[in-house]
Amino acid sequence: MKHLLSAGDLSRDQTLAILDSATQMHDVQRREVKKLPALRGRTVVNLFFEDSTRTRSSFEIAGKWLSADVINVSAKGSSVSKGESLRDTVLTVASMGVDGLVIRHHASGAPAQVAQWVDAAVVNAGDGTHEHPTQALLDAYTMRQRLGDLDGARVAIVGDLTHSRVVRSNLLLLNTLGAKVTLVAPPTLMPSGIAEWSAAEGFATSYDLDEVIGEVDALMMLRVQRERMSGGYFPTPREYTVGYGLTRDRLRRLGPDAVICHPGPMNRGLEISAEAADEARSAILDQVSAGVAIRMSVLYHLLGGSGDE
Amino acid sequence: MVPTHGPQPPAEASQSQTPPPGRSVLSGDDISRALRRIAHEILERNKGADDLVILGIPARGVELAQRLGAALEQVEGRPVPVGTIDVTMYRDDLRRHPVRAAQPTTVPGDGIDDKVVVLVDDVLYSGRTVRAALDALGDLGRPRAVRLAVLVDRGHRELPIRADHVGKNLPTASSERVYVRLAEHDGTDEVRIGGPKEEQR
Repeated sequence: MKHLLSAGDLSRDQTLAILDSATQMHDVQRREVKKLPALRGRTVVNLFFEDSTRTRSSFEIAGKWLSADVINVSAKGSSVSKGESLRDTVLTVASMGVDGLVIRHHASGAPAQVAQWVDAAVVNAGDGTHEHPTQALLDAYTMRQRLGDLDGARVAIVGDLTHSRVVRSNLLLLNTLGAKVTLVAPPTLMPSGIAEWSAAEGFATSYDLDEVIGEVDALMMLRVQRERMSGGYFPTPREYTVGYGLTRDRLRRLGPDAVICHPGPMNRGLEISAEAADEARSAILDQVSAGVAIRMSVLYHLLGGSGDE
Repeated sequence: MVPTHGPQPPAEASQSQTPPPGRSVLSGDDISRALRRIAHEILERNKGADDLVILGIPARGVELAQRLGAALEQVEGRPVPVGTIDVTMYRDDLRRHPVRAAQPTTVPGDGIDDKVVVLVDDVLYSGRTVRAALDALGDLGRPRAVRLAVLVDRGHRELPIRADHVGKNLPTASSERVYVRLAEHDGTDEVRIGGPKEEQR
């Protein structure tokens, strides 16, 4: 494994190896000395062309706890804002002797393109509305903590499927792990071509959350991405909540051992009620805490060895 | 990942069902007797079981540590804390091999600060695993003393490291391989030594 560009690149064994190592990394997080020497002398650059607090900072902490040198480059205040192309920016950074390049970009496919240009290991930290593999890994990690093996687990992903990069990564990874996925969204937020896609990948779709909610082991509520919307996807926020929000009423119909996930940041009161976010079945804080461990594990697996399989 | 005690691993070789090549140098009974003796040595040196913490190094050091803990309890009549310490992230040869999976580290409740830690491994060879373990220990706390117990010392040290308690000193050529087989991993207790030729797979 040279790069992590898509959750679909990971075999079942590779996925399980990353998730298992993350468990050991998670233990390190609870120690007084949160430092492992595994990536000493290696350099990781976080190249973020789009704002992100939790992903960027968790990659930064992950790299530092593995003793790598971590440098953050954000598009604002860099030569990118002076009009430099993606290729020139990347080659400039890479020519400084970088071992790992963590990229967040607003264009789908940008990290894959970058991987063609540089020798460094490239990690996709979110590209447009395409993928966000480390988020999918930490979601799977969190669900495994609560549910055990995900083979056969029933997972519903609910909400703004069209604008979410988490959906594709989660679908691919959950498929690899043998989970049964159902996508739930209003017709306006179902991605185009979903029928062919669901037939090819073998997942279900539904427009009716109430039909699905009693039957799932894990419920992943996606954020309504108002900033990506040019309007017209649903009449009012209130109407979205009535149809697709995790309300108090729906909470009662969710199984007693089901897990509630949300990639954050949450719109409380819109896609998820405050009660749902804060109750015992909610694993949302666990997800945040797993973020660093997963990214440590990913960086370790990409940069820790000789590079041979 | 199984630590290697000879030239290039085949790590799976020592786990396979068929007996590995070479000749047997320690039987199951020899291993139990060695562990019982080491338990007595540890207690004698420590003047009892106070403050002792036994930490096994994965893979086979973990089982040996548990057996040693049981032997100590049998002698002293009270439990001695046993844990594991993974050294994967601290190895100096990480970049020379494909990525190794991290193993669990479990430190008994009271931690290791001001305790007498006994590190347990199956084979002492270059000493590099022990060096990694000492570094790992430093990140977990500050023991009052650290001691080393190994089932087999096969020589060929590359670092100034020695064991305090040795089950058997086994003179070897560096081209030979030492196979430690334990019931938990391999279905039987035995130490074998194999020649270089048998490595061809």
